[in-house]
Amino acid sequence: MSDSKPLSFTEFRARVGDLRGREFWRSLEELSRSDVFDEFMTQEFPQQALALEKGVDRRNFMKLMSASVAMAGLAACRQPADAIVPYVNQPENLIPGRPLYFASAMPLGGYATGVLVESHMHRPTKIEGNPQHPSSLGASDAFMQASVLGLYDPDRSQVVRKYGDTATWGDFIGAVQPIVTAAKTNGAGLRLLTQTVTSPTLGAQIQTLLAQYPGMKWHQWEAVNRDSAREGARMAFGGYADVHYDFTKANIVVSLGSDFLASGPGHLRYARDFMSRRRVRHGKTTSMNRMYAIEAGITSTGSVADHRVPVKPSQIEGIARQILAGQASTPVLKALLEDLSANRGASVVIAGEEQPAVVHAIAHALNSQFGNIGTTVLVTDPVEVAPVNQLASLQELVRDMNAGAVKALIILGGNPVFDAPADFNFTRALDKVPFRAHHSLHYDETSLRCHWHIPDTHWLETWGDARAHDGTISIMQPLIAPLYNGRSAHEVLGALIGGLDQTPYQTVRTYWFAKGATEQTWRKWLHDGVVEGTTLPTRAAAAAAPPATQHPGNPATGIEIELRPDPTIYDGRFANNGWLQELPKPNTKITWDNVLLVSPKTSVTIGYDPDQREANVNERRTRYATVTYRGVKMNLPVWVVPGHAENVATIFFGYGRRNAGKVGTGTGFNTYPLRFSNALHGGPGAEIRIDETIEKPYLVACTQEHQSIDPKDVGERGLVRASTFEAYQKNPNFAKEPHHGSDTAGHENESMYPPWKYSDKQAWSMVIDNSVCIGCNGCVMACQSENNIAIVGKEQVVRERELHWLRIDRYYRGDVDNPEVFHEPVPCMQCELAPCEPVCPVEATSHSEDGLNDMTYNRCIGTRYCSNNCPYKVRRFNFFHYADYDTPALKPMRNPDVTVRTRGVMEKCTYCVQRINLAKIDAEKENRKVRDGEITTACQQACPTQAIVFGDMNDKTSEVAQLKAEPTNFTLLEELQTRPRTTYLATIRNPHPSLVKHA
Amino acid sequence: MAQIFHRSANTLSRVTIFGAVFVAGFVLWVIGGIVRSPYFTNQGIHREQPVPFSHQHHVAGLGIDCRYCHTSVEVSGFAGIPPTSTCMNCHAQIWTNASMLEPVRASFATGRPLVWSRIHRLPDFVHFKHDIHVSKGIGCATCHGRVDRMNLMRQESPLTMSWCLDCHRAPEKYIRPRSEVFNMSYVAKNQEVLGPQLVKEYGAKSLTSCSTCHY
Repeated sequence: MSDSKPLSFTEFRARVGDLRGREFWRSLEELSRSDVFDEFMTQEFPQQALALEKGVDRRNFMKLMSASVAMAGLAACRQPADAIVPYVNQPENLIPGRPLYFASAMPLGGYATGVLVESHMHRPTKIEGNPQHPSSLGASDAFMQASVLGLYDPDRSQVVRKYGDTATWGDFIGAVQPIVTAAKTNGAGLRLLTQTVTSPTLGAQIQTLLAQYPGMKWHQWEAVNRDSAREGARMAFGGYADVHYDFTKANIVVSLGSDFLASGPGHLRYARDFMSRRRVRHGKTTSMNRMYAIEAGITSTGSVADHRVPVKPSQIEGIARQILAGQASTPVLKALLEDLSANRGASVVIAGEEQPAVVHAIAHALNSQFGNIGTTVLVTDPVEVAPVNQLASLQELVRDMNAGAVKALIILGGNPVFDAPADFNFTRALDKVPFRAHHSLHYDETSLRCHWHIPDTHWLETWGDARAHDGTISIMQPLIAPLYNGRSAHEVLGALIGGLDQTPYQTVRTYWFAKGATEQTWRKWLHDGVVEGTTLPTRAAAAAAPPATQHPGNPATGIEIELRPDPTIYDGRFANNGWLQELPKPNTKITWDNVLLVSPKTSVTIGYDPDQREANVNERRTRYATVTYRGVKMNLPVWVVPGHAENVATIFFGYGRRNAGKVGTGTGFNTYPLRFSNALHGGPGAEIRIDETIEKPYLVACTQEHQSIDPKDVGERGLVRASTFEAYQKNPNFAKEPHHGSDTAGHENESMYPPWKYSDKQAWSMVIDNSVCIGCNGCVMACQSENNIAIVGKEQVVRERELHWLRIDRYYRGDVDNPEVFHEPVPCMQCELAPCEPVCPVEATSHSEDGLNDMTYNRCIGTRYCSNNCPYKVRRFNFFHYADYDTPALKPMRNPDVTVRTRGVMEKCTYCVQRINLAKIDAEKENRKVRDGEITTACQQACPTQAIVFGDMNDKTSEVAQLKAEPTNFTLLEELQTRPRTTYLATIRNPHPSLVKHA
Repeated sequence: MAQIFHRSANTLSRVTIFGAVFVAGFVLWVIGGIVRSPYFTNQGIHREQPVPFSHQHHVAGLGIDCRYCHTSVEVSGFAGIPPTSTCMNCHAQIWTNASMLEPVRASFATGRPLVWSRIHRLPDFVHFKHDIHVSKGIGCATCHGRVDRMNLMRQESPLTMSWCLDCHRAPEKYIRPRSEVFNMSYVAKNQEVLGPQLVKEYGAKSLTSCSTCHY
């Protein structure tokens, strides 16, 4: 296939320039449309042939064959003997076979998001958002969903270790005695290093400790910290304060490098609130909000902005100052200023966590100037127990360690050996401390350098408390006893404080009862998942003028580096979570790796020959580039992203773990060495060149072109449809206009497939509102957790064998240098006249009476004809035995209501038929029909922006039926007459009228 | 050239060809029979249990209702196996020294659960729900047989898919009044009339979509 010559770059650019008839595109390769690419796309599983490219040697052949023989023998066995183990005393309220739900909260970066945990016989199997919690409102993100796997992770540390050898908790208590005895007289040598703490109980314990041991010091460090936000608030309001936002009242939103819709405290709430102003309903919606995003790499937030301005991260400060001064150098800024002035008190300017503090100060000043503070921008006292500049805090610790002043260091959580700034030489300093103990979930890089290691409890295993972005407190309750002998932070601190052994339950409960809780309120808090009346009051504030620039001028030469936490494995703590590793990263769709992201133009600048790139990328390979930055030299694979700012290289950190576990160790590249204390989020002056010495290309598991609908007509066939709000008001039926190939006038009811009658039953169907989808992956991960979907590993993803039932297609429109981005989640369409059904030789896929396209695993013999015949490419095949049947730790994690699939079986989205059946049974028992809203699919439940609606379309009053009646409702590949039950609402954006390009 | 084959070879070959069809058919028939036989379905097999619990004694002899022990049968897919404490409700008072009940007392005293051998087992890809069957008027005895006559528990029905479908295709053949669901000795007098009537009244449906049970 590589015989055909790829396009030259000039030709490529020529085609880019000519966008007629090619409105939407999915990738650069598709846009350039080389013959190589066409050939690649027309193969069902293009990488399949590679599986045996190396051949199978005799030894492996024998292994495989003996395994199959053994399996064949097993299959003929009779039903295995099985045991039933009832309780001795059955717990109250527990009905065997029905799940219970408990409220708790997941802390990330210190901030809590409320959850409801589904528990089957007291085994947590699924996380949902808590509708009563202000940060969640019922939604959940990928990290929350994946924490179930994190809990059962068999690679978690299971034992206390001393110098790496097995020890006991008692040994540790004995070992800290001399330390604390010495600290009673002079605690100067005792140090505590924690991550961000918002837990009132933990805070109180630390205060007790500090009071007990004079001179002892407490440091806080987290790699993904909010120092800029803290210091920015201090500049603006004269002291530490927390700022949160009410996007429901914001008509205009300006993001200065912020990804507020997909990361940071309260992002689920922000996404809900922000999108509540973008849900266009016929005859009801009179206005939409408008967002301007000024950023370097495309974030989830930037991808849904009405105007996205790609700039270097260092230029954002200058632009923010221009806005503050009321100057507008470009049409976009002019429009932005005009909008801000016209919407006083109804706009939000929000700065990104990766931006320097001064940008935050400018954002606050802008909000103050436009009267937003108190309306859309809410200032409260700090949520944290003791906000500090974490960088300074860690720096002080390192200085003292180097000076030999630290005699004992207790590290609660975190992994500073891996994630401290490179120039701190944290490891060298740490080695000088005579007593070091590390408390963490995994025996990781930091544990290895410590004398003592204590296994931590997962948040689903312990009592605790934490605060939300607006200060609301949640009590965390355990769903299961610690699986791996973990001890919570409360216990470790208790051991340092001394006195009677207290369980975490006693510690948390005693704290709150001392604060006035009663048995009744305590129970209510546990039940609701929130402590009433603990939301921090908004205070009046006026932002001071920001200080003059603190940053040296941006040198014109060289490339600027932007460092961001990885969107799926965060700062590296989730590296051993296979679900998160295999989750396609928003926008780039890369799994299992981190790469160097650059724009098409910059890729040429750094010496990536476009011809070579074209040839490479079609097979998902790329070249290494050498990054030289402040004396650090590193080889990273290059990845070209349309819409990325010029001369900026975005690099995610968190990968390259050496001691993550079986899954995470050795994936990706450790980019922390590029993080310096005076440029935590990157900076200018990097030199990047394609490394000509490395001939061998690097393989990237990118799901971009996997399971794609035939690309030849992406633009023409109306796979994604979009308009502006202004145009929509004039022509609400734009999505119904015929597209190429969809001219079916007079043939509406013609179909190759036999007719089916659905009229008298409930007809399950789904509507996905593309307007409000931010491509955050919450739905993908929720589906994985709910439906026991296996992960396949990087090598298999490269071969297009990933099993996610739901993929989020990403489309571009317009100029490669700054295209518009569109998201479209694609589950099974549940066609009424499904092409997959007639081709199955064994009727493993068939139609249910309420119109579901059923997949019966036990009938499937794996011909894959169905997948071949599916025009939407939503079927997934188990090429190997991907599901882990053997690891005992993973067995209780699975949803008992969904079959775990085996090798040779096709699978696909079922509309969460287990939930449908349960609701139907409950309704039938009461002799009624299922009510609208009684069934929520896993993806729908997780979605922060409520983009997915599910229900009975035969019930004309149901939400889904009403959405189907919207003029913007459209069907994928309608001309095939498959009559999908899943339909879409076209994307509607709201650009400033002066900036709309008229065709 | 002389004939290589005798004339009888013609007949022989015909017999062989047709015979092969019959032999193949016979082999398939035998295999079909074996997989439906109790050897594979485990029908009628008693298993060793920690305590030789007699349903006959407790149900027929003492008249204890099914739901006294199988508490969740009306509200959950799983009917429930009684916790040790349920046994001890009575056996704390009667037969307190019976050696047969030693495992029960030991379980209650130590908190270690009893481990029963499962009798009714469905493959993991089949999802059966007790609650909906009971609420639509399918009696316990319809599937489990006359439990009140079983000294040791055994599987009465084959639990094969065709056996499930027999009722799913024609629920009127087996449906009974809700008041009689837990009655072991109920016999319908006029099922031909009563069946369709009850199916209508209870809204019982003939559900034969794959995803009714397989998902």
